[in-house]
Amino acid sequence: MSTQRTGAQILWESLVREGVTCVFGYPGGAILPAYDAMLDYPIRHVLVRHEQGAAHMADGYARATGNVGVAIATSGPGATNLVTGIATAMMDSSPIVCITGQVGSKLIGSDAFQECDITGITLPITKHNYLLTRPEDVAATVREAFHVARSGRPGPVLIDMTKDCQQKSCEFTWPEAAVAQSGRPNLAPRDADLEAAIALIHAAKRPVILAGNGIIGAGASEVVRQFAEHTDIPIAMTLLGIGGVPASHPLNLGMMGMHGEAWVNQAIQEADLLVALGMRFDDRVTGNVKTYALNAKKIHVEIDRSEINKNIKVDVGLVGDVGQIVAALLPRVATGNHADWRAHIDAGKGDAAVRDIQNLPDSGHLYAAHVIHDLWRETGGQAVVVTDVGQHQMWEAQYYHHDTPRSLITSGGLGTMGFALPAAIGAKVARPDAEVWVVVGDGGFQMTMCELATIAQEGIDIKVAIINNGYLGMVRQWQEFFYERRYAATPLTSPDFVKLAEAFGLTAARVADRASVIPAVQAARAHKGTVVIDFRVEQEDTVYPMVPAGADLHNMIRRPSVLAETGADQ
Amino acid sequence: MITFVVQVENKPGVLTRVASLFRRRAYNIESLTVGHTETAGVSRMTVVVDTNAEGAHHVEAHLYKLVNVLRVDNVTARPNVIRELALIKVSTTARTRPEIFQLADVFRARIIDVSNDSLVLELTGGSAKLDRLLEVLEPYGVLEMARTGLLAMARGEGAAPAAGELTPTRSEDTHPDIAYSV
Repeated sequence: MSTQRTGAQILWESLVREGVTCVFGYPGGAILPAYDAMLDYPIRHVLVRHEQGAAHMADGYARATGNVGVAIATSGPGATNLVTGIATAMMDSSPIVCITGQVGSKLIGSDAFQECDITGITLPITKHNYLLTRPEDVAATVREAFHVARSGRPGPVLIDMTKDCQQKSCEFTWPEAAVAQSGRPNLAPRDADLEAAIALIHAAKRPVILAGNGIIGAGASEVVRQFAEHTDIPIAMTLLGIGGVPASHPLNLGMMGMHGEAWVNQAIQEADLLVALGMRFDDRVTGNVKTYALNAKKIHVEIDRSEINKNIKVDVGLVGDVGQIVAALLPRVATGNHADWRAHIDAGKGDAAVRDIQNLPDSGHLYAAHVIHDLWRETGGQAVVVTDVGQHQMWEAQYYHHDTPRSLITSGGLGTMGFALPAAIGAKVARPDAEVWVVVGDGGFQMTMCELATIAQEGIDIKVAIINNGYLGMVRQWQEFFYERRYAATPLTSPDFVKLAEAFGLTAARVADRASVIPAVQAARAHKGTVVIDFRVEQEDTVYPMVPAGADLHNMIRRPSVLAETGADQ
Repeated sequence: MITFVVQVENKPGVLTRVASLFRRRAYNIESLTVGHTETAGVSRMTVVVDTNAEGAHHVEAHLYKLVNVLRVDNVTARPNVIRELALIKVSTTARTRPEIFQLADVFRARIIDVSNDSLVLELTGGSAKLDRLLEVLEPYGVLEMARTGLLAMARGEGAAPAAGELTPTRSEDTHPDIAYSV
């Protein structure tokens, strides 16, 4: 039997061998040969309504499982529509492979119809990209692309294939292994490096672990938990680290940074040692770097060497897989006891609790915090929650307590509005047995709500909670604090989301008071199929606490006392 | 100034990838040369960057994130030979021509073209030597000048292993001033 295949057939043959069972895409002229060949392979294709959705779905698929997600689009506008999704995956180290069609190789450079230099455009937002013009290169390139996407610090890879590359035939041979990158310096921590880290840990009286996305990527949750328990060091989470250590674990303090809890940021500022695990000292985490954790020695465990000393100077940098390095430290480090330090941190919690909206009695107002708190209780904290970007994202991080890795999927680094709905579709396709909830603002929902049609066509079963406050809330909040309440372009008129969802053939409900939240969530969970709930929440509600951008981490705008609202402290 | 020798796969777009990295991370390239090496499929770039030792560490780490980069050597602090070539066209008259010939002789520059009112000199050397010749030619009228940018090579036998042959040293070892370990 001849093993001659077209480039298009080799593409699918290779994708199948890489374990791909589902792709998210949108056809068009320059990718048609690939689409034609697809029908002969065991691949589920999810037809999106906009290519940005395809990239986010691949991203959501990847984040829900750790497996590489695949998006496919045509040349020109199809390819450029992927760009936001690719940049989102890049910033959050999510492994996706995007395949785009390209005009015929003889037309390249001629400004042909739907020609676009997508490898040039995506150069700074991919780990690597390829332009293929010969079918002979397809198999090895797909193999390498998947290796690049998931190895080291994961990230997006793009393969641009000319139409003739898809159409021409050649002998198909599957490479034994992906080409290994040669000549990388051996950066594995030396004994002296580990000893230096251990000495700092032993000497510390007020240590804090900073737990990031790398823990989830490396599957290091268990060893990090063991390490924290063994050394008795409390843990602060980055937004993307949430779920990496159970929220219910007594050592887990909660989220740090701009909207982190006051006691968490205070603990970091008072610490004498930070053990940063798979995180990158993003500016939303540090606030003003000049005043960040000045009293603390710092150990940075990170797979990407370029992150060491990038934002924050550290005392010990350990480059490599966070799970392996923590596992190497664990047997060599002595049992710790930091009961006094933890008690000191805990003392700050009581002060914050009375200010917490969760403790507010039902005053007839519906707050987003109520919705998310009730959602957490009703789902037993077991749902995969996919959030968009803005106030609701921060409230979700504060009030939904995630106990398992990959149970919170959110756009952290790029902060991409419109991410949630398509990413949730990707997550549900990847994990059909999981209960998937979208928590999204009225602004972000309208950016990609066309994907409701994808949900209807594909029979996707997810639950969508729109936190509808009639504003682009986070921007409004900044205007409230920093622009004298001049609400430029933040009031938002939305369509009737219930009617809209129904127009797509989906079930929908509206909730405007607290008593109706739990029944609505229960009804949605009981319903087989997607349900959209329009939660009409307090319009000018604010995310507290807040560290203004660039301010010192300890200078937070605190929650006003709820007692003031109930009149009890008058 | 930091001088890197970067060995890369000779693939389309590799120069853009390297140049884009410097632009994106806001590092100023003082000079960049690229050409073939003794190994087929491997190109060699000499990049001079206006940064300090700490910046050099970051540049090196970022360069290694590019798939097409095979090997990065920061040769700044090592014994090395650095050369640049310049072509300089100088205005001449019958009176000044012998003076310029003498200057060329002193600098070991070659006269490679002579016409009635100008001549072209070729000079190879370190950047300082090139600058000095330019300075003394200035009064005669420099009509045109082209410089190649720097080429760098570490001294010693077999001191520059081919890409992929040897694991590069950790810059933390060769440049202890930028060590990030205690």
